[in-house]
Amino acid sequence: MESIEQKLISRINEHATPLRIMHVCGTHERTISKYAIRDVISEDIQLLSGPGCPVCVTPAEDIDFAIALARSGKVITSFGDMMRVPGTLGSLFDARSEGCDVRMVYSIDDAIRIAEDNPTQEIVFFGIGFETTAPSNAAALLRGVPENFSILISHKLMPPAMEILTQDTIVDGFLAPGHVSTIIGTEPYEPISKKGFPIVVTGFEALDVLLGIAMIQNQIESGSSSVENAYPRAVNAEGNIKAREMMYQVFKQTDSEWRGIGIIENSGIALRTEFEQFDASNIHAEIYEKVLHDRKVSENDSDGTSLYEECMCAEILTARAQPSQCPFFAGRCSPEDPVGPCMVSLEGTCYNWYKYRHTKGI
Amino acid sequence: MCIAIPGKITSILNENTATVDIGGIKRKVNLDLIGGADSSLIGRYALVHVGYAISLVSDEESEEILKLLRDVMDLS
Ligand code: SF4
Repeated sequence: MESIEQKLISRINEHATPLRIMHVCGTHERTISKYAIRDVISEDIQLLSGPGCPVCVTPAEDIDFAIALARSGKVITSFGDMMRVPGTLGSLFDARSEGCDVRMVYSIDDAIRIAEDNPTQEIVFFGIGFETTAPSNAAALLRGVPENFSILISHKLMPPAMEILTQDTIVDGFLAPGHVSTIIGTEPYEPISKKGFPIVVTGFEALDVLLGIAMIQNQIESGSSSVENAYPRAVNAEGNIKAREMMYQVFKQTDSEWRGIGIIENSGIALRTEFEQFDASNIHAEIYEKVLHDRKVSENDSDGTSLYEECMCAEILTARAQPSQCPFFAGRCSPEDPVGPCMVSLEGTCYNWYKYRHTKGI
Repeated sequence: MCIAIPGKITSILNENTATVDIGGIKRKVNLDLIGGADSSLIGRYALVHVGYAISLVSDEESEEILKLLRDVMDLS
């Protein structure tokens, strides 16, 4: 008997027309690569991978700042993926090999515990991630954190990035990120859909992704563009109001730089004045300024030939290129020895292509 | 790190912390973002992300996805 997945695949292929569907979530890339969805649906339908990997879009200057803090004797706490991403001064992992105190944590609460257990040391938590991650940092600050604890804020907001991507006409529709949507709901995508882009909030099973694709096809066929929810078991229209309230009690929206894309208006968050005493870039402003200054100097001196500058992550994050087009892919650059951030994280496009396509010879 | 995993809430530890079972592994999870911990949540599934429950996963709405699937399939 045909499974629901097979029925959906047949349905998608029978209705296939040239279509470019972008997802903006690393976990979607994982599902698509893992279940080889690109290989079972019509070649007419291109599934593009956007800037959905939080580690990949973290600008090198934030990583450089974290390393400079570590070198100045602070304890840096970070999610595992972030530790291996190279900035211009190497990675946090390299800093740890030099003898710096860099520790991996699973949540901000782990980092706070380290601060409580080490009252004479300064503990900095590297706060990255999208709307899914920022509320947990807000909740922790609202509960109260020790004085020797601060956050290096590098959070990003997804809808402003999607807005930018629509200005590039390569996209016909979006699979919206399921977990970000548990927090923001479906409403923030409305202005984008009104501009003519079908958007379907999508979950993370193979079935979810296939359903998302079929629903976008339906909208395109009927000439409509709206926001639909294919992940109702976890997402509702208004999202998690409580989490959002906590988030905006602590943070305010601000412009933010995305690695490979540049500055996107209102796409980041900063701590509100009441919480500035926990802002690492504020407390350690001297170190931060020096990192910015040194980066400027080295940019001016650079002849543009470093490995890092040849990495195509900037193109990969905006779907202007696929990993296989990068000359380093699966050669000089691999998950064991990554050149760029897209090969580091479980959510990075190069990583997923390497793991699920290259190693299986697809 | 953006991966969120559903876990079953098995016990309440204090006003904002519970234990969840994720595929047989027990983990502590903070429930601040879904309004704090109370015993009515035992047995429910929560999406757990970086140590925090970010939403509850509802059972009733599996019906809804079946409806979506039927709608899409009917068109073929
Ligand atoms: S394969 Fe490596 S070097 Fe090439 S774009 Fe991806 S991460 Fe960068």
